[in-house]
Amino acid sequence: MNRAASRLCAALALGVGALLAAVLLPLPENAGLREPVAAHMQVSGVDHPVTAVLLNFRAYDTFLELGVLLLAVLGAWSLGRHTPLPARPVPGPVMPGTVRLLIPAAVVIGVYLLWAGSHAPGGAFQAGAVLGAAGVLWVLSRPRDLPAPPSPLLRLGLAAGAVLFLLTGIAGLLLGFGFMGYAPAQAYVFILLIETAATVSIALTLVALFLGGAPGEARMRDEG
Amino acid sequence: MSAAWWVFDSVLLLTLLWVAWQALVDREGELFRAVVLFIAFGLLLAVAWVRLQAPDIALAEAAIGAGVTGALLLVTLGRLRSTPDTQADEEAGS
Repeated sequence: MNRAASRLCAALALGVGALLAAVLLPLPENAGLREPVAAHMQVSGVDHPVTAVLLNFRAYDTFLELGVLLLAVLGAWSLGRHTPLPARPVPGPVMPGTVRLLIPAAVVIGVYLLWAGSHAPGGAFQAGAVLGAAGVLWVLSRPRDLPAPPSPLLRLGLAAGAVLFLLTGIAGLLLGFGFMGYAPAQAYVFILLIETAATVSIALTLVALFLGGAPGEARMRDEG
Repeated sequence: MSAAWWVFDSVLLLTLLWVAWQALVDREGELFRAVVLFIAFGLLLAVAWVRLQAPDIALAEAAIGAGVTGALLLVTLGRLRSTPDTQADEEAGS
């Protein structure tokens, strides 16, 4: 991008920004859906309004988000098998020691975020991202001798979130609470189950996307 | 106290805009610089979400927007760079 094009882009961005400010700033204060959500918190099964909206009132949206993640992995895998990451120089004592400290801490933080989701900021996506980051760190630090999980387990883990969500949704439909609806008494158990499965799926999805291809046979990897 | 927050918010806003602009401006194809600036932008945006009293979105932004997306961009960059080199090495080796 040359200088003239940069200036044109800056002018356009400033113009759009000024228009947005002119339209949005005079809007009156709007409580949005805060009141209806607060009024229905006792049937949601959780104490945190964001989790109540994501996993109960608008569960369908979250289900579709998990579907998008699953489709992303299928798309990446359909493009071919992943080549091994390029070999790095043998690490000194600092990196293995740091990774040994960081990965358990990341696992504890991830599980805590999952647990905290029912009453405080947190939840499946944040927990999955932290666990996925730990997985990426592990992959990066041990590119050669990382044991690949067995293929059926890996596939099951990747699909667990979306599948469990769908099964719970259908169970709600058959039991008369509507698609993606739960009985208020059991809502907490269902939400915790779905969030746990979704966390596993999200973490595995992020690591799989980082590797960027279907897991290959070990023999093929050595030859390639 | 509110004056200090006002200054903090102003500095945060200006830094966000400046980092975003710096990440977009292409300097001789320095993609690595743009990726690092993108990660910095994600972390600053997480602070902005905290200031807007949306800690849920701040957590998601820091973990997914800055951390995972940054890692994905970096590995993509590494593969983009290594592809022609490894091909040349293989051809030279065989």
